[in-house]
Amino acid sequence: MGQGQAHREAMEKGPGYHEVMERKGEIVKKAVGIDYSRFERGTLAFDYEGLMVETGYSLDEIRRIQREAGVGRTPLIELNNITELVRRISPPGKGARIFVKDEAVNPSGSFKARRAAVSVYHAARQGYKGVIAATSGNYGAAVASQAAMRSLDCIVVQEVFDSRGVGQPEILEKGRKCEAFGAEVVQLSVGPELFYVFLVLLEETGFFNASLYTPFAIAGIETLGFEIAEELMAREGRAPDAVVITHAGGGNVTGTARGLAQGGCTETEIIGASVDLSGLHMASDLDFNRKSFTTGHTGFGIPFATWPDRTDVPRNAARPLRYMDRYVTVTQGEVFYVTEMLAQLEGLERGPAGNTSLAAAVSLAREMDSDQILVVQETEYTGAGKHPTAQLTFAREKGIEIRRGDPRDGVPGQCIVIPDSPHQVQHVDLDLDALRESYIMKAAADTDCPGELLAEDIAFLAAETKTEGAFVYRVLKKLTRMEKSRAARD
Amino acid sequence: MGEKVRRGTWVQIHRVVLEPGARAPQVPPETQEVPLELRQKGFLLTHAEVGDEVAIRTVIGREVTGRLVAVNPPYEHDFGRPVPELLEVGPEVRGFLKGGGEC
Repeated sequence: MGQGQAHREAMEKGPGYHEVMERKGEIVKKAVGIDYSRFERGTLAFDYEGLMVETGYSLDEIRRIQREAGVGRTPLIELNNITELVRRISPPGKGARIFVKDEAVNPSGSFKARRAAVSVYHAARQGYKGVIAATSGNYGAAVASQAAMRSLDCIVVQEVFDSRGVGQPEILEKGRKCEAFGAEVVQLSVGPELFYVFLVLLEETGFFNASLYTPFAIAGIETLGFEIAEELMAREGRAPDAVVITHAGGGNVTGTARGLAQGGCTETEIIGASVDLSGLHMASDLDFNRKSFTTGHTGFGIPFATWPDRTDVPRNAARPLRYMDRYVTVTQGEVFYVTEMLAQLEGLERGPAGNTSLAAAVSLAREMDSDQILVVQETEYTGAGKHPTAQLTFAREKGIEIRRGDPRDGVPGQCIVIPDSPHQVQHVDLDLDALRESYIMKAAADTDCPGELLAEDIAFLAAETKTEGAFVYRVLKKLTRMEKSRAARD
Repeated sequence: MGEKVRRGTWVQIHRVVLEPGARAPQVPPETQEVPLELRQKGFLLTHAEVGDEVAIRTVIGREVTGRLVAVNPPYEHDFGRPVPELLEVGPEVRGFLKGGGEC
Protein backbone atom coordinates (compact mmCIF):
# COMPACT_ATOMS: atom_id res chain seq x y z
CA MET A 1 0.00 0.00 0.00
CA GLY A 2 2.75 2.47 1.01
CA GLN A 3 4.73 1.83 -2.14
CA GLY A 4 1.60 1.88 -4.31
CA GLN A 5 0.52 5.14 -2.75
CA ALA A 6 3.94 6.71 -3.37
CA HIS A 7 3.90 5.51 -6.97
CA ARG A 8 0.45 6.94 -7.48
CA GLU A 9 1.43 10.27 -5.97
CA ALA A 10 4.52 10.47 -8.17
CA MET A 11 2.44 9.67 -11.24
CA GLU A 12 -0.24 12.13 -10.31
CA LYS A 13 2.20 14.90 -9.54
CA GLY A 14 4.20 14.35 -12.71
CA PRO A 15 6.49 16.97 -14.17
CA GLY A 16 5.26 20.54 -13.59
CA TYR A 17 3.66 22.78 -16.20
CA HIS A 18 6.44 25.35 -16.51
CA GLU A 19 9.20 22.75 -16.44
CA VAL A 20 7.60 20.78 -19.30
CA MET A 21 6.76 23.85 -21.36
CA GLU A 22 10.38 25.01 -21.14
CA ARG A 23 11.50 21.71 -22.68
CA LYS A 24 8.86 21.63 -25.40
CA GLY A 25 11.38 22.13 -28.23
CA GLU A 26 13.44 19.15 -27.14
CA ILE A 27 10.40 16.89 -26.54
CA VAL A 28 8.85 17.73 -29.91
CA LYS A 29 12.10 17.23 -31.81
CA LYS A 30 12.42 13.72 -30.42
CA ALA A 31 8.79 12.97 -31.18
CA VAL A 32 8.81 14.22 -34.77
CA GLY A 33 12.34 13.37 -35.82
CA ILE A 34 12.92 16.52 -37.88
CA ASP A 35 15.72 18.98 -37.17
CA TYR A 36 13.88 22.15 -38.19
CA SER A 37 16.92 24.33 -37.45
CA ARG A 38 18.51 23.09 -40.68
CA PHE A 39 15.94 25.10 -42.64
CA GLU A 40 16.24 28.43 -40.83
CA ARG A 41 17.47 31.31 -43.01
CA GLY A 42 18.10 35.07 -42.56
CA THR A 43 16.57 36.75 -39.52
CA LEU A 44 13.10 35.28 -39.63
CA ALA A 45 12.94 33.31 -42.86
CA PHE A 46 13.05 29.57 -43.39
CA ASP A 47 13.33 27.39 -46.46
CA TYR A 48 9.72 26.21 -46.73
CA GLU A 49 10.07 24.30 -49.99
CA GLY A 50 13.29 22.73 -48.70
CA LEU A 51 11.45 21.55 -45.59
CA MET A 52 8.61 20.11 -47.70
CA VAL A 53 10.87 18.34 -50.17
CA GLU A 54 13.61 17.03 -47.88
CA THR A 55 11.46 15.80 -45.03
CA GLY A 56 8.30 14.89 -46.91
CA TYR A 57 7.45 12.29 -49.51
CA SER A 58 6.94 12.62 -53.25
CA LEU A 59 3.42 12.67 -54.64
CA ASP A 60 3.93 9.19 -56.13
CA GLU A 61 5.07 7.79 -52.78
CA ILE A 62 2.10 9.35 -51.02
CA ARG A 63 -0.32 7.96 -53.57
CA ARG A 64 1.14 4.51 -52.97
CA ILE A 65 1.03 4.87 -49.16
CA GLN A 66 -2.58 6.06 -49.29
CA ARG A 67 -3.66 3.41 -51.77
CA GLU A 68 -2.37 0.61 -49.54
CA ALA A 69 -4.29 2.15 -46.62
CA GLY A 70 -7.57 2.51 -48.54
CA VAL A 71 -7.35 6.29 -48.48
CA GLY A 72 -8.18 8.73 -51.27
CA ARG A 73 -9.49 8.29 -54.80
CA THR A 74 -12.83 9.55 -53.50
CA PRO A 75 -15.70 10.33 -55.89
CA LEU A 76 -16.02 13.80 -57.42
CA ILE A 77 -19.79 14.28 -57.64
CA GLU A 78 -21.52 16.96 -59.67
CA LEU A 79 -24.31 18.50 -57.59
CA ASN A 80 -26.85 18.91 -60.37
CA ASN A 81 -29.83 19.86 -58.24
CA ILE A 82 -27.98 22.39 -56.11
CA THR A 83 -26.44 23.87 -59.27
CA GLU A 84 -29.93 24.15 -60.78
CA LEU A 85 -31.26 25.79 -57.64
CA VAL A 86 -28.36 28.26 -57.60
CA ARG A 87 -29.00 29.15 -61.27
CA ARG A 88 -32.65 29.94 -60.48
CA ILE A 89 -31.49 32.62 -58.05
CA SER A 90 -28.58 33.93 -60.16
CA PRO A 91 -28.49 36.65 -62.80
CA PRO A 92 -28.87 35.30 -66.38
CA GLY A 93 -25.79 33.37 -67.52
CA LYS A 94 -24.52 32.98 -63.96
CA GLY A 95 -24.41 29.96 -61.64
CA ALA A 96 -21.29 27.82 -61.96
CA ARG A 97 -21.43 24.03 -62.03
CA ILE A 98 -20.77 22.82 -58.46
CA PHE A 99 -18.86 19.60 -57.82
CA VAL A 100 -18.06 18.06 -54.44
CA LYS A 101 -15.20 15.75 -53.53
CA ASP A 102 -16.86 13.18 -51.28
CA GLU A 103 -14.07 12.83 -48.74
CA ALA A 104 -16.47 11.29 -46.22
CA VAL A 105 -15.90 7.92 -47.88
CA ASN A 106 -12.32 7.74 -46.61
CA PRO A 107 -11.81 5.00 -43.96
CA SER A 108 -12.24 7.36 -40.99
CA GLY A 109 -14.90 9.52 -42.65
CA SER A 110 -12.97 12.65 -43.63
CA PHE A 111 -10.07 14.00 -45.67
CA LYS A 112 -7.99 13.81 -42.50
CA ALA A 113 -7.30 10.18 -43.36
CA ARG A 114 -4.96 11.50 -46.05
CA ARG A 115 -2.89 13.36 -43.46
CA ALA A 116 -2.93 10.52 -41.00
CA ALA A 117 -1.99 7.89 -43.61
CA VAL A 118 1.36 9.54 -44.24
CA SER A 119 2.06 10.45 -40.59
CA VAL A 120 1.36 6.94 -39.35
CA TYR A 121 3.30 5.34 -42.21
CA HIS A 122 6.25 7.57 -41.34
CA ALA A 123 5.98 6.74 -37.61
CA ALA A 124 5.94 3.00 -38.36
CA ARG A 125 8.89 3.30 -40.73
CA GLN A 126 10.90 5.25 -38.15
CA GLY A 127 10.28 2.48 -35.62
CA TYR A 128 7.99 4.34 -33.23
CA LYS A 129 5.73 1.99 -31.22
CA GLY A 130 2.81 4.36 -31.20
CA VAL A 131 1.42 7.71 -32.24
CA ILE A 132 -0.20 10.57 -30.33
CA ALA A 133 -2.40 13.27 -31.77
CA ALA A 134 -3.66 16.35 -29.97
CA THR A 135 -6.94 17.10 -31.70
CA SER A 136 -10.63 17.43 -31.00
CA GLY A 137 -11.38 17.04 -34.70
CA ASN A 138 -11.73 14.34 -37.34
CA TYR A 139 -7.97 13.96 -37.34
CA GLY A 140 -8.10 11.91 -34.12
CA ALA A 141 -10.26 9.23 -35.72
CA ALA A 142 -8.07 9.37 -38.83
CA VAL A 143 -4.89 8.71 -36.83
CA ALA A 144 -6.64 6.01 -34.79
CA SER A 145 -7.86 4.29 -37.95
CA GLN A 146 -4.48 4.41 -39.67
CA ALA A 147 -2.71 3.26 -36.47
CA ALA A 148 -5.05 0.28 -36.35
CA MET A 149 -4.11 -0.59 -39.95
CA ARG A 150 -0.41 -0.35 -39.24
CA SER A 151 -0.55 -2.08 -35.83
CA LEU A 152 0.65 0.90 -33.81
CA ASP A 153 -0.69 2.05 -30.44
CA CYS A 154 -2.57 5.32 -30.53
CA ILE A 155 -3.46 8.02 -28.01
CA VAL A 156 -5.75 10.92 -28.88
CA VAL A 157 -5.89 13.95 -26.59
CA GLN A 158 -9.10 15.97 -26.88
CA GLU A 159 -10.61 19.11 -25.41
CA VAL A 160 -14.13 17.85 -24.71
CA PHE A 161 -15.79 19.19 -21.57
CA ASP A 162 -16.56 22.47 -19.86
CA SER A 163 -16.01 22.80 -16.11
CA ARG A 164 -19.48 21.39 -15.42
CA GLY A 165 -18.47 18.19 -17.16
CA VAL A 166 -20.75 18.84 -20.16
CA GLY A 167 -19.23 17.49 -23.35
CA GLN A 168 -19.61 19.04 -26.81
CA PRO A 169 -21.70 16.46 -28.74
CA GLU A 170 -19.56 16.56 -31.86
CA ILE A 171 -16.33 16.00 -29.92
CA LEU A 172 -17.91 13.21 -27.84
CA GLU A 173 -18.72 11.49 -31.12
CA LYS A 174 -15.20 11.92 -32.42
CA GLY A 175 -13.90 10.44 -29.15
CA ARG A 176 -16.22 7.46 -29.52
CA LYS A 177 -14.94 6.88 -33.03
CA CYS A 178 -11.32 6.95 -31.82
CA GLU A 179 -12.24 4.30 -29.22
CA ALA A 180 -13.92 2.23 -31.93
CA PHE A 181 -10.54 2.07 -33.69
CA GLY A 182 -8.80 0.96 -30.49
CA ALA A 183 -7.26 4.24 -29.44
CA GLU A 184 -6.82 5.46 -25.88
CA VAL A 185 -8.70 8.76 -25.56
CA VAL A 186 -7.61 11.36 -23.02
CA GLN A 187 -10.48 13.77 -22.49
CA LEU A 188 -9.75 17.22 -21.11
CA SER A 189 -11.70 20.26 -20.04
CA VAL A 190 -11.30 23.59 -21.83
CA GLY A 191 -7.90 25.21 -22.17
CA PRO A 192 -4.76 25.48 -24.27
CA GLU A 193 -2.82 23.59 -21.57
CA LEU A 194 -3.92 20.50 -23.48
CA PHE A 195 -0.53 21.00 -25.07
CA TYR A 196 1.15 20.40 -21.69
CA VAL A 197 -0.69 17.11 -21.20
CA PHE A 198 0.26 16.18 -24.76
CA LEU A 199 3.96 16.88 -24.12
CA VAL A 200 3.91 14.83 -20.90
CA LEU A 201 2.38 11.91 -22.81
CA LEU A 202 4.93 12.19 -25.62
CA GLU A 203 7.72 12.07 -23.08
CA GLU A 204 6.21 9.23 -21.04
CA THR A 205 5.50 6.99 -24.02
CA GLY A 206 8.21 7.91 -26.55
CA PHE A 207 5.46 7.80 -29.19
CA PHE A 208 5.51 9.74 -32.46
CA ASN A 209 3.88 13.17 -32.51
CA ALA A 210 1.35 12.68 -35.32
CA SER A 211 1.03 16.44 -35.59
CA LEU A 212 -1.41 17.91 -38.08
CA TYR A 213 1.31 20.28 -39.18
CA THR A 214 4.38 18.25 -40.17
CA PRO A 215 5.56 18.24 -43.81
CA PHE A 216 4.31 14.65 -44.21
CA ALA A 217 0.85 15.45 -42.87
CA ILE A 218 0.47 18.37 -45.26
CA ALA A 219 1.93 16.43 -48.17
CA GLY A 220 -0.78 13.84 -47.50
CA ILE A 221 -3.44 16.38 -48.54
CA GLU A 222 -1.69 17.19 -51.83
CA THR A 223 -3.25 14.08 -53.35
CA LEU A 224 -6.70 15.62 -52.77
CA GLY A 225 -5.90 18.63 -54.96
CA PHE A 226 -4.11 16.43 -57.47
CA GLU A 227 -7.09 14.05 -57.78
CA ILE A 228 -9.45 16.98 -58.44
CA ALA A 229 -7.11 18.22 -61.19
CA GLU A 230 -6.66 14.78 -62.69
CA GLU A 231 -10.34 13.86 -62.68
CA LEU A 232 -11.64 17.16 -64.06
CA MET A 233 -9.03 17.11 -66.81
CA ALA A 234 -10.16 13.59 -67.75
CA ARG A 235 -13.91 14.23 -67.47
CA GLU A 236 -14.25 17.84 -68.55
CA GLY A 237 -10.95 18.52 -70.26
CA ARG A 238 -10.26 21.50 -68.06
CA ALA A 239 -9.11 22.76 -64.69
CA PRO A 240 -11.62 24.03 -62.13
CA ASP A 241 -12.08 27.80 -62.18
CA ALA A 242 -12.21 27.87 -58.40
CA VAL A 243 -11.86 25.47 -55.50
CA VAL A 244 -13.44 26.37 -52.17
CA ILE A 245 -11.84 24.86 -49.10
CA THR A 246 -13.03 24.81 -45.49
CA HIS A 247 -10.28 26.56 -43.57
CA ALA A 248 -9.36 26.02 -39.91
CA GLY A 249 -5.73 25.17 -39.13
CA GLY A 250 -4.53 25.82 -42.69
CA GLY A 251 -3.53 22.33 -43.79
CA ASN A 252 -6.58 21.77 -45.96
CA VAL A 253 -5.96 24.97 -47.95
CA THR A 254 -2.20 24.43 -48.15
CA GLY A 255 -2.20 20.79 -49.18
CA THR A 256 -5.09 21.10 -51.63
CA ALA A 257 -3.59 24.16 -53.33
CA ARG A 258 -0.18 22.49 -53.62
CA GLY A 259 -1.77 19.38 -55.12
CA LEU A 260 -3.80 21.40 -57.61
CA ALA A 261 -0.64 23.19 -58.73
CA GLN A 262 1.13 19.85 -59.16
CA GLY A 263 -1.83 18.71 -61.26
CA GLY A 264 -1.35 21.69 -63.56
CA CYS A 265 -4.15 23.88 -62.14
CA THR A 266 -2.01 26.96 -61.68
CA GLU A 267 -4.77 29.44 -62.60
CA THR A 268 -7.47 27.98 -60.32
CA GLU A 269 -8.69 30.45 -57.72
CA ILE A 270 -8.11 29.16 -54.18
CA ILE A 271 -10.87 30.25 -51.84
CA GLY A 272 -10.79 29.57 -48.09
CA ALA A 273 -14.09 29.45 -46.19
CA SER A 274 -14.74 29.48 -42.44
CA VAL A 275 -17.79 29.62 -40.22
CA ASP A 276 -18.00 32.99 -38.53
CA LEU A 277 -17.60 32.52 -34.78
CA SER A 278 -16.45 36.07 -34.06
CA GLY A 279 -16.96 37.15 -30.47
CA LEU A 280 -16.48 33.70 -28.95
CA HIS A 281 -13.19 33.12 -27.10
CA MET A 282 -11.60 29.78 -27.95
CA ALA A 283 -10.12 29.26 -24.47
CA SER A 284 -13.23 30.34 -22.57
CA ASP A 285 -14.88 27.79 -20.32
CA LEU A 286 -18.18 29.66 -20.79
CA ASP A 287 -18.03 30.08 -24.59
CA PHE A 288 -16.91 26.48 -25.24
CA ASN A 289 -20.37 24.94 -25.41
CA ARG A 290 -21.96 27.95 -27.07
CA LYS A 291 -20.31 27.03 -30.37
CA SER A 292 -22.28 24.83 -32.74
CA PHE A 293 -19.18 24.21 -34.85
CA THR A 294 -16.02 22.80 -33.34
CA THR A 295 -13.86 23.23 -36.44
CA GLY A 296 -13.81 25.00 -39.79
CA HIS A 297 -14.43 28.28 -37.97
CA THR A 298 -12.78 31.69 -37.70
CA GLY A 299 -11.56 30.94 -34.16
CA PHE A 300 -8.93 28.74 -35.81
CA GLY A 301 -8.97 30.13 -39.34
CA ILE A 302 -7.86 33.67 -38.60
CA PRO A 303 -5.16 33.01 -35.98
CA PHE A 304 -3.68 30.13 -37.99
CA ALA A 305 -3.57 32.30 -41.12
CA THR A 306 -1.94 35.26 -39.40
CA TRP A 307 0.43 33.19 -37.24
CA PRO A 308 0.84 29.60 -38.47
CA ASP A 309 3.77 28.79 -36.18
CA ARG A 310 1.51 28.65 -33.12
CA THR A 311 1.38 24.85 -33.36
CA ASP A 312 2.94 21.74 -31.85
CA VAL A 313 5.92 21.79 -34.25
CA PRO A 314 8.59 24.53 -34.61
CA ARG A 315 7.62 25.33 -38.19
CA ASN A 316 4.11 24.68 -39.39
CA ALA A 317 4.00 23.16 -42.87
CA ALA A 318 0.44 24.51 -43.25
CA ARG A 319 0.81 28.12 -44.43
CA PRO A 320 -2.55 29.17 -45.87
CA LEU A 321 -1.69 32.79 -46.73
CA ARG A 322 0.81 31.44 -49.27
CA TYR A 323 -2.07 29.99 -51.26
CA MET A 324 -5.37 31.75 -50.57
CA ASP A 325 -6.62 34.15 -53.23
CA ARG A 326 -9.74 34.87 -51.27
CA TYR A 327 -11.08 34.14 -47.78
CA VAL A 328 -14.81 34.18 -47.06
CA THR A 329 -17.00 33.49 -44.05
CA VAL A 330 -20.49 32.04 -43.73
CA THR A 331 -22.75 31.81 -40.68
CA GLN A 332 -23.63 28.74 -38.62
CA GLY A 333 -27.26 29.02 -39.78
CA GLU A 334 -26.21 29.02 -43.44
CA VAL A 335 -24.12 25.88 -43.03
CA PHE A 336 -26.96 23.99 -41.31
CA TYR A 337 -29.34 25.12 -44.08
CA VAL A 338 -27.00 23.97 -46.84
CA THR A 339 -26.33 20.68 -45.01
CA GLU A 340 -30.08 20.07 -45.15
CA MET A 341 -30.07 21.04 -48.83
CA LEU A 342 -27.29 18.54 -49.60
CA ALA A 343 -29.28 15.74 -47.97
CA GLN A 344 -32.65 16.68 -49.44
CA LEU A 345 -31.60 17.64 -52.98
CA GLU A 346 -28.57 15.43 -53.57
CA GLY A 347 -29.16 12.47 -51.28
CA LEU A 348 -25.89 13.01 -49.44
CA GLU A 349 -26.13 13.19 -45.64
CA ARG A 350 -22.82 14.74 -44.64
CA GLY A 351 -21.19 17.20 -42.27
CA PRO A 352 -22.10 19.64 -40.84
CA ALA A 353 -18.71 21.33 -40.30
CA GLY A 354 -17.32 19.92 -43.55
CA ASN A 355 -20.15 21.65 -45.42
CA THR A 356 -18.77 25.10 -44.59
CA SER A 357 -17.19 25.28 -48.04
CA LEU A 358 -20.43 24.05 -49.64
CA ALA A 359 -22.37 26.91 -47.99
CA ALA A 360 -19.83 29.33 -49.41
CA ALA A 361 -20.11 27.65 -52.82
CA VAL A 362 -23.90 28.13 -52.97
CA SER A 363 -23.20 31.83 -52.75
CA LEU A 364 -19.92 32.04 -54.74
CA ALA A 365 -21.35 30.10 -57.72
CA ARG A 366 -23.87 32.90 -58.26
CA GLU A 367 -21.00 35.28 -59.10
CA MET A 368 -19.52 32.86 -61.62
CA ASP A 369 -20.54 32.10 -65.22
CA SER A 370 -22.70 29.05 -65.81
CA ASP A 371 -19.99 27.33 -67.86
CA GLN A 372 -17.45 27.68 -65.06
CA ILE A 373 -16.62 24.94 -62.55
CA LEU A 374 -16.51 25.43 -58.79
CA VAL A 375 -15.23 22.50 -56.72
CA VAL A 376 -16.10 22.01 -53.05
CA GLN A 377 -13.17 19.90 -51.96
CA GLU A 378 -14.55 17.94 -49.02
CA THR A 379 -17.40 16.36 -47.18
CA GLU A 380 -17.13 14.65 -43.78
CA TYR A 381 -19.08 11.84 -42.13
CA THR A 382 -22.10 12.56 -40.01
CA GLY A 383 -23.46 10.70 -37.02
CA ALA A 384 -24.83 11.05 -33.50
CA GLY A 385 -23.60 14.34 -32.04
CA LYS A 386 -22.12 15.35 -35.36
CA HIS A 387 -25.32 16.38 -37.04
CA PRO A 388 -27.45 19.54 -37.40
CA THR A 389 -30.24 18.11 -35.22
CA ALA A 390 -27.75 17.15 -32.49
CA GLN A 391 -26.01 20.52 -32.54
CA LEU A 392 -29.20 22.58 -32.69
CA THR A 393 -30.87 20.54 -29.92
CA PHE A 394 -27.78 21.09 -27.78
CA ALA A 395 -27.67 24.81 -28.66
CA ARG A 396 -31.33 25.24 -27.74
CA GLU A 397 -30.71 23.54 -24.37
CA LYS A 398 -27.96 26.11 -23.80
CA GLY A 399 -30.46 28.93 -24.30
CA ILE A 400 -29.31 29.83 -27.80
CA GLU A 401 -32.16 31.18 -29.93
CA ILE A 402 -32.83 29.29 -33.17
CA ARG A 403 -35.15 30.77 -35.79
CA ARG A 404 -35.73 31.30 -39.51
CA GLY A 405 -34.84 34.66 -41.01
CA ASP A 406 -31.87 36.54 -42.38
CA PRO A 407 -28.73 34.64 -41.35
CA ARG A 408 -26.91 37.99 -41.01
CA ASP A 409 -28.98 38.59 -37.88
CA GLY A 410 -27.32 35.63 -36.15
CA VAL A 411 -24.89 36.28 -33.31
CA PRO A 412 -22.42 33.44 -32.55
CA GLY A 413 -23.20 31.99 -29.13
CA GLN A 414 -26.58 33.80 -28.87
CA CYS A 415 -28.69 33.29 -31.95
CA ILE A 416 -28.57 30.98 -34.98
CA VAL A 417 -30.69 32.07 -37.92
CA ILE A 418 -31.58 29.48 -40.57
CA PRO A 419 -32.12 31.28 -43.90
CA ASP A 420 -35.68 31.73 -45.16
CA SER A 421 -34.56 31.22 -48.72
CA PRO A 422 -31.46 30.22 -50.72
CA HIS A 423 -30.89 33.88 -51.75
CA GLN A 424 -29.95 34.63 -48.18
CA VAL A 425 -26.96 32.28 -48.26
CA GLN A 426 -24.41 34.98 -48.81
CA HIS A 427 -20.70 34.75 -48.03
CA VAL A 428 -18.77 37.68 -46.59
CA ASP A 429 -15.31 38.43 -47.98
CA LEU A 430 -12.65 38.99 -45.35
CA ASP A 431 -9.96 41.57 -46.07
CA LEU A 432 -7.10 39.28 -47.01
CA ASP A 433 -4.62 42.20 -47.20
CA ALA A 434 -5.41 43.04 -43.58
CA LEU A 435 -4.61 39.43 -42.58
CA ARG A 436 -1.41 39.55 -44.64
CA GLU A 437 -0.44 42.78 -42.91
CA SER A 438 -1.16 41.25 -39.53
CA TYR A 439 1.06 38.27 -40.35
CA ILE A 440 3.98 40.44 -41.53
CA MET A 441 3.73 42.71 -38.50
CA LYS A 442 3.73 39.79 -36.09
CA ALA A 443 6.67 38.11 -37.84
CA ALA A 444 8.70 41.32 -37.91
CA ALA A 445 7.80 42.40 -34.37
CA ASP A 446 9.07 39.05 -33.07
CA THR A 447 12.59 39.89 -34.25
CA ASP A 448 14.79 42.33 -32.33
CA CYS A 449 15.35 44.52 -35.37
CA PRO A 450 12.29 44.72 -37.65
CA GLY A 451 13.91 47.66 -39.47
CA GLU A 452 16.95 45.61 -40.47
CA LEU A 453 15.52 42.57 -42.19
CA LEU A 454 17.60 41.01 -44.94
CA ALA A 455 16.57 40.73 -48.58
CA GLU A 456 15.83 37.03 -48.09
CA ASP A 457 13.53 37.86 -45.18
CA ILE A 458 11.58 40.29 -47.37
CA ALA A 459 11.33 37.71 -50.15
CA PHE A 460 10.19 35.13 -47.58
CA LEU A 461 7.48 37.41 -46.18
CA ALA A 462 6.26 38.17 -49.72
CA ALA A 463 6.05 34.43 -50.50
CA GLU A 464 4.39 33.78 -47.14
CA THR A 465 1.63 36.27 -47.93
CA LYS A 466 1.37 35.80 -51.71
CA THR A 467 2.34 39.45 -52.19
CA GLU A 468 5.26 41.43 -53.61
CA GLY A 469 8.26 42.93 -51.86
CA ALA A 470 6.68 46.39 -52.18
CA PHE A 471 3.69 45.23 -50.07
CA VAL A 472 6.03 43.87 -47.39
CA TYR A 473 8.07 47.12 -47.30
CA ARG A 474 4.89 49.16 -46.95
CA VAL A 475 3.80 47.12 -43.95
CA LEU A 476 7.25 47.26 -42.36
CA LYS A 477 7.29 51.05 -42.72
CA LYS A 478 3.90 51.22 -41.06
CA LEU A 479 5.22 49.05 -38.22
CA THR A 480 8.24 51.32 -37.75
CA ARG A 481 5.95 54.39 -37.63
CA MET A 482 3.71 52.68 -35.08
CA GLU A 483 6.69 51.76 -32.91
CA LYS A 484 8.05 55.31 -33.04
CA SER A 485 4.75 56.82 -32.02
CA ARG A 486 4.44 54.24 -29.22
CA ALA A 487 7.95 55.12 -27.99
CA ALA A 488 7.09 58.84 -28.11
CA ARG A 489 3.94 58.21 -26.07
CA ASP A 490 5.85 56.22 -23.46
CA MET B 1 -20.13 4.54 0.73
CA GLY B 2 -19.60 4.40 -3.03
CA GLU B 3 -20.76 1.62 -5.30
CA LYS B 4 -18.48 -1.44 -5.11
CA VAL B 5 -16.68 -2.15 -8.35
CA ARG B 6 -14.83 -5.35 -9.21
CA ARG B 7 -11.31 -5.52 -10.57
CA GLY B 8 -11.31 -5.71 -14.38
CA THR B 9 -14.44 -3.57 -14.81
CA TRP B 10 -14.40 -0.91 -17.55
CA VAL B 11 -14.47 2.41 -15.70
CA GLN B 12 -13.80 6.11 -16.04
CA ILE B 13 -11.40 8.05 -13.83
CA HIS B 14 -11.03 11.77 -13.23
CA ARG B 15 -8.01 13.83 -12.26
CA VAL B 16 -7.25 17.52 -11.82
CA VAL B 17 -4.23 18.36 -13.98
CA LEU B 18 -3.93 22.05 -13.10
CA GLU B 19 -5.64 23.73 -10.14
CA PRO B 20 -7.40 27.10 -10.51
CA GLY B 21 -4.69 29.75 -10.26
CA ALA B 22 -2.11 27.46 -11.86
CA ARG B 23 -3.60 27.80 -15.35
CA ALA B 24 -1.65 29.16 -18.33
CA PRO B 25 -1.37 32.95 -18.21
CA GLN B 26 -3.12 33.47 -21.55
CA VAL B 27 -6.44 31.85 -20.59
CA PRO B 28 -9.39 34.20 -19.87
CA PRO B 29 -10.56 34.79 -16.26
CA GLU B 30 -13.51 32.38 -16.41
CA THR B 31 -11.10 29.58 -17.33
CA GLN B 32 -8.48 30.69 -14.77
CA GLU B 33 -11.08 30.15 -12.05
CA VAL B 34 -11.64 26.47 -12.84
CA PRO B 35 -9.23 23.50 -12.86
CA LEU B 36 -7.95 21.73 -15.97
CA GLU B 37 -9.58 18.31 -15.61
CA LEU B 38 -8.84 14.99 -17.26
CA ARG B 39 -11.10 11.99 -17.80
CA GLN B 40 -9.98 8.67 -19.07
CA LYS B 41 -11.30 5.12 -19.38
CA GLY B 42 -9.76 1.72 -18.76
CA PHE B 43 -9.95 -1.57 -16.85
CA LEU B 44 -9.87 -1.25 -13.06
CA LEU B 45 -6.74 -2.86 -11.58
CA THR B 46 -8.09 -3.51 -8.05
CA HIS B 47 -11.48 -3.92 -6.38
CA ALA B 48 -12.61 -0.43 -5.41
CA GLU B 49 -15.54 1.87 -4.73
CA VAL B 50 -16.75 4.81 -6.76
CA GLY B 51 -14.90 7.85 -5.40
CA ASP B 52 -11.70 5.94 -4.54
CA GLU B 53 -8.28 6.82 -5.93
CA VAL B 54 -7.57 3.92 -8.28
CA ALA B 55 -5.32 2.71 -11.08
CA ILE B 56 -6.62 1.56 -14.45
CA ARG B 57 -5.08 -0.10 -17.48
CA THR B 58 -6.02 1.65 -20.73
CA VAL B 59 -6.81 -0.17 -23.97
CA ILE B 60 -3.21 0.21 -25.09
CA GLY B 61 -1.89 -1.13 -21.78
CA ARG B 62 -0.81 2.04 -20.00
CA GLU B 63 -1.37 2.33 -16.25
CA VAL B 64 -3.06 5.57 -15.24
CA THR B 65 -4.39 6.77 -11.90
CA GLY B 66 -7.24 8.99 -10.76
CA ARG B 67 -10.51 9.08 -8.86
CA LEU B 68 -13.04 6.46 -9.93
CA VAL B 69 -16.08 8.38 -11.18
CA ALA B 70 -18.09 6.09 -13.45
CA VAL B 71 -18.65 2.41 -14.17
CA ASN B 72 -18.99 1.46 -17.84
CA PRO B 73 -20.10 5.01 -18.75
CA PRO B 74 -22.56 5.15 -21.67
CA TYR B 75 -22.19 7.14 -24.85
CA GLU B 76 -24.91 9.70 -24.33
CA HIS B 77 -24.52 11.90 -27.38
CA ASP B 78 -27.32 11.38 -29.88
CA PHE B 79 -29.08 12.95 -32.85
CA GLY B 80 -31.17 15.22 -30.62
CA ARG B 81 -34.72 16.17 -31.59
CA PRO B 82 -35.83 16.96 -35.12
CA VAL B 83 -35.50 20.72 -35.50
CA PRO B 84 -38.74 22.39 -36.76
CA GLU B 85 -36.76 25.18 -38.46
CA LEU B 86 -34.86 22.57 -40.49
CA LEU B 87 -37.86 20.30 -41.17
CA GLU B 88 -39.27 23.08 -43.33
CA VAL B 89 -36.16 23.40 -45.49
CA GLY B 90 -36.39 20.15 -47.51
CA PRO B 91 -39.97 20.63 -48.78
CA GLU B 92 -39.20 24.28 -49.56
CA VAL B 93 -36.11 23.69 -51.70
CA ARG B 94 -37.59 20.62 -53.40
CA GLY B 95 -40.82 22.49 -54.13
CA PHE B 96 -38.84 25.35 -55.55
CA LEU B 97 -36.93 23.07 -57.91
CA LYS B 98 -40.08 21.24 -59.02
CA GLY B 99 -42.33 24.23 -59.35
CA GLY B 100 -39.79 26.64 -60.69
CA GLY B 101 -41.38 29.40 -58.61
CA GLU B 102 -40.05 31.91 -56.12
CA CYS B 103 -38.08 30.69 -53.13
